[in-house]
Amino acid sequence: MTEYGVVLFYTTSSAMRAEKLLAKAGYAVKLIPVPRQFSSDCGIALRFDWHQNEQVRSELDKAQVEIDSVHRL
Amino acid sequence: MIYLDNAATSWPKPPEVLKAMVGVLEYAGGNPGRSGHRLSIEAARAVYDTREDIARFFNISDPTRVIFTSNATHAINIVLRGLLKPGDRVVVSSMEHNAVMRPLRRLEEQGLILDVVSCASDGSLDVNDIATALKLDTRLVVINHASNVAGTILPVAEVVSIARSTGALLLVDAAQTGGVLPIDMKAFGIDFLAFTGHKGLQGPPGVGGLVIADHVDVSQIEPLMRGGTGSQSELEEQPEYLPDKFESGTPNIAGIAGLRAGINWIMDRGIEAIRMHEKKLTGTLIEGLSDIPGVRVCGAGDPEKAVAIVSFTAIEKRVSEIGLKLDEDYGVLTRVGLHCAPAAHKTIGTFPEGTVRLAPGVFTTADDVKEAVSAIEKVIGS
Repeated sequence: MTEYGVVLFYTTSSAMRAEKLLAKAGYAVKLIPVPRQFSSDCGIALRFDWHQNEQVRSELDKAQVEIDSVHRL
Repeated sequence: MIYLDNAATSWPKPPEVLKAMVGVLEYAGGNPGRSGHRLSIEAARAVYDTREDIARFFNISDPTRVIFTSNATHAINIVLRGLLKPGDRVVVSSMEHNAVMRPLRRLEEQGLILDVVSCASDGSLDVNDIATALKLDTRLVVINHASNVAGTILPVAEVVSIARSTGALLLVDAAQTGGVLPIDMKAFGIDFLAFTGHKGLQGPPGVGGLVIADHVDVSQIEPLMRGGTGSQSELEEQPEYLPDKFESGTPNIAGIAGLRAGINWIMDRGIEAIRMHEKKLTGTLIEGLSDIPGVRVCGAGDPEKAVAIVSFTAIEKRVSEIGLKLDEDYGVLTRVGLHCAPAAHKTIGTFPEGTVRLAPGVFTTADDVKEAVSAIEKVIGS
């Protein structure tokens, strides 16, 4: 079974931008509602394969996408 | 029917625009970024993709600095009412639309100091007059990129370099130029650009935006409205980050999708080709009208110095009568009167009667403008 992580963002715009650039780079990512255990937010989060945690973070960092936090699902 | 009122709103719209609007409601009909299900995410994608395209179109790096509004007026109000405080000094040209003048006159009643720089009777602006009006404590300079009355293009890049020398910020009202003149915010050095979607950008009415340059500190601007953003819902305070700070409430998804289709349509055609076409039409109108006895053509009288807007008056006839006859007897649709810009009409000497304004657009043909000139000749001679 795949282990997932999620990235939380401050704004939907950042989530959209992250998804676009990660999908383009070939990562298996999906936008999902923010899991309630991490935030009471009503917005969207980016789910990714936890094994790619390092790479995903470094891609987002490189593209200067502002993130709120990263969690393991 | 000959539609010459594209300065009020462009018509017809490219079919791609209508298709995009229907498409987004049909296939991406969720509330963007609120709910997290597939339709909500598709809607958020439609909005975000438009943000990226607009950032590219006006050349800024960060798409979150594209703030969607309902029109240019809304965008202008965000800056004027969010940034300015009593005692602040503002410089404006005397060719501004009421979208700029009404909020500024209200702020003036509350203690703002307003310096209005007079333009010449052809609507042109001498940048030295801006330099003279600028004080060390001038907070903001507001100018339109082109007049909605005379069409005259103002020298934005020169005004920027003068404003920079004293540290004033620059707000440009691009209602008449977005989509018809190239606007490169980085090259020009514009701080705030207010645009509307439904004129040269070929989108529908009800959508516009404020583009904030990458370097501008937005913490100095209070949002006009506060409310739900789909983000940080645990907080009862407005978020500070962009675009959410200035975008409360569900946006106009259909309008935004239509705007994106309009911008892409323009990029496919090439803004230079559109400009060339409109210059030719403007030239034909200016020449044709100048030959009619008793007609006074306003503005610079040169298509190089103006967007596709030609205003005129006639000695013997009221503008309202000309407009009505053109519509009823010849199917030529124009706009007469003051065009929500009394300051501009005072500057060009047509206040309070106003003018007949002819504004061809990208779909207007050479035959259309020739026919319109001959209809005007008949109406004036009758």
